[in-house]
Amino acid sequence: MAVHPKEHRVILKHADEPGFTPDIDCYMKHGGYDMLKKAVTMEKQDICDEVKKSQLRGRGGAGFPAGVKWSFVDRKSGKPVYMVCNCDESEPGTFKDRQIVHKDPHQLIEGIMISCFATDCAKAFIYIREEMPKGAEALDQAIREAKEKNFVGDDVLGSGYSCDIVVHRGAAAYICGEETGLIESLEGKRANPRIKPPYFPAVLGLYMCPTIVNNVETLCNVKHILEMGADAFANIGRANNTGTRIWCVSGGVKRPGYYEVAGITLGELIYDICGGPKDGRTIKAVIPGGSSMKILKNGERFTGKNRDGTAYDWGIEDIPLDYDGIAAAGSMSGSGGMMVLDDSIDIPVALANLMTFYSHESCGQCTPCREGSLWLKKITTRMVHGESRPEDIDLMKSVADQIEGRTICAFGFAVAWPVQSYIKKFEEEFREFAERHSKSDVDRTAAKELACNH
Amino acid sequence: MNLKPETLAEIEEAIPKYPEKRSAVMPLLHAIQKDQGLLSNEAAEWVAEKLEMEPINVLSVITFYPFFRQHKIGKRHIRVCRTLSCAMAGGSKVCDTMLSEFDTSLNGVSPDGEVTVEFAECLASCGSAPVMLVDDELYENLDETKTKEICDRIKTEATGA
Repeated sequence: MAVHPKEHRVILKHADEPGFTPDIDCYMKHGGYDMLKKAVTMEKQDICDEVKKSQLRGRGGAGFPAGVKWSFVDRKSGKPVYMVCNCDESEPGTFKDRQIVHKDPHQLIEGIMISCFATDCAKAFIYIREEMPKGAEALDQAIREAKEKNFVGDDVLGSGYSCDIVVHRGAAAYICGEETGLIESLEGKRANPRIKPPYFPAVLGLYMCPTIVNNVETLCNVKHILEMGADAFANIGRANNTGTRIWCVSGGVKRPGYYEVAGITLGELIYDICGGPKDGRTIKAVIPGGSSMKILKNGERFTGKNRDGTAYDWGIEDIPLDYDGIAAAGSMSGSGGMMVLDDSIDIPVALANLMTFYSHESCGQCTPCREGSLWLKKITTRMVHGESRPEDIDLMKSVADQIEGRTICAFGFAVAWPVQSYIKKFEEEFREFAERHSKSDVDRTAAKELACNH
Repeated sequence: MNLKPETLAEIEEAIPKYPEKRSAVMPLLHAIQKDQGLLSNEAAEWVAEKLEMEPINVLSVITFYPFFRQHKIGKRHIRVCRTLSCAMAGGSKVCDTMLSEFDTSLNGVSPDGEVTVEFAECLASCGSAPVMLVDDELYENLDETKTKEICDRIKTEATGA
């Protein structure tokens, strides 16, 4: 894949270079493990301070500052501290961690080891989803190679610090991407998320020990922060949105794919880098950060006040492509998985597709989510099948409102937000679609294929 | 339990990796399912004894995770992604092609015992949609021609074996 001139590749710098291979020799020829060598000569707190100063925010979804997360770790309990790398990449629309793990696994291993050294972790786990078997093999192989060179394991590079990394494979459950569900799963149980408080991983995590859970891309960034320094890192992108981000674009664009960028707008990504809509099509809406995030409608104006008091008034293409930009437009950058919906897509049918996903993936622990997600699947599906009832749109809103904020974990929001935002922005289309599809002579083939839940 | 020597070796290697034995339940279930094709009650009891757990707690893991199964499937496990990006790119048609090529129905075992075709939720390769997994192998940017080629390959490998 050729790198677009508007890209700013740091994490994926080598991943697609011809001749770059995932083995340790190639990685070391490109300066690999130099930062781990440097790290073990530094004071642990200095590395943590550097990460904090860089303003690095988590790349997995919530965007919480990584350095601050590290500082929450309970040091008084005397229990071992664990590091968990969340590689359960499964938020629909997201495929960035896949690139790192398959093409440049040593970068992740180095990032993990620097982070573990800095936070004095006793052991690290990489929780990788089952559907990436080759990725798990690549990581196992990389760890074996790194152990031979003393980058992982006992007495790392003669520093006196020891840490092993264990690759743990999931078994196809989306909820394992939720950090406390992941921890339960790693303990050998059903991945039912834990309630916070009290179960904040930094205090009561894996085996009730303090635990740091970081995303793959976040941990890779730690290596680059050490390499370029916190100030240089913070100069990439906007303040509070520092560093690059890997965006994954799928759906109705000419050039879908993964692109590492900084400081550009949503329009530059979709139109310049991805080539805009497919021929003869127009862009109808964008789901900006994975399927759980609220939808952005093409044509709507995004207005509000900046922190400095000045007003902004954006079209969809003007939205700054970062945490704060997308938040200012009323959604979230999430995991960076952007789905583009063109004018061939019926919004109610897209919702039926996603509600099938969420009802399948609810862990079943909280009644509003377990029952509500299934109701939402049933209601959206009957709309596709032309059996919509007059009260259905209001019913969907009511069900979604009763899930939102009434569950143990954020999955409840992930179910509710698409329903609430799609209806809010496309209510007319829902009514028109329901009416059109209730006629007996309508061809429902395309809609059934898109809902894809037979 | 009649497990292959390599499966037993994998199991013995997995357990000490974790600070607590119980954490090895998923790696053990993966190893046994690969060995036996499914996870029987006997397997659950065997794992429970090995990890000093109650059998019910092993069963609760087996029944929670979609990848773990208590039923037989075809020799090849085919999973077509059904989630939005793949559905927008024609994932449903890919699945239909697989089903008709192997004369089977969704989630069933084909008459020749060769395949089970299922829908999977997002396989995290949305930029090259539609995609499917055939056992450990990911196939991307599928259209009808490409899908049929993969079917032919599976059929050739089946007769060759």
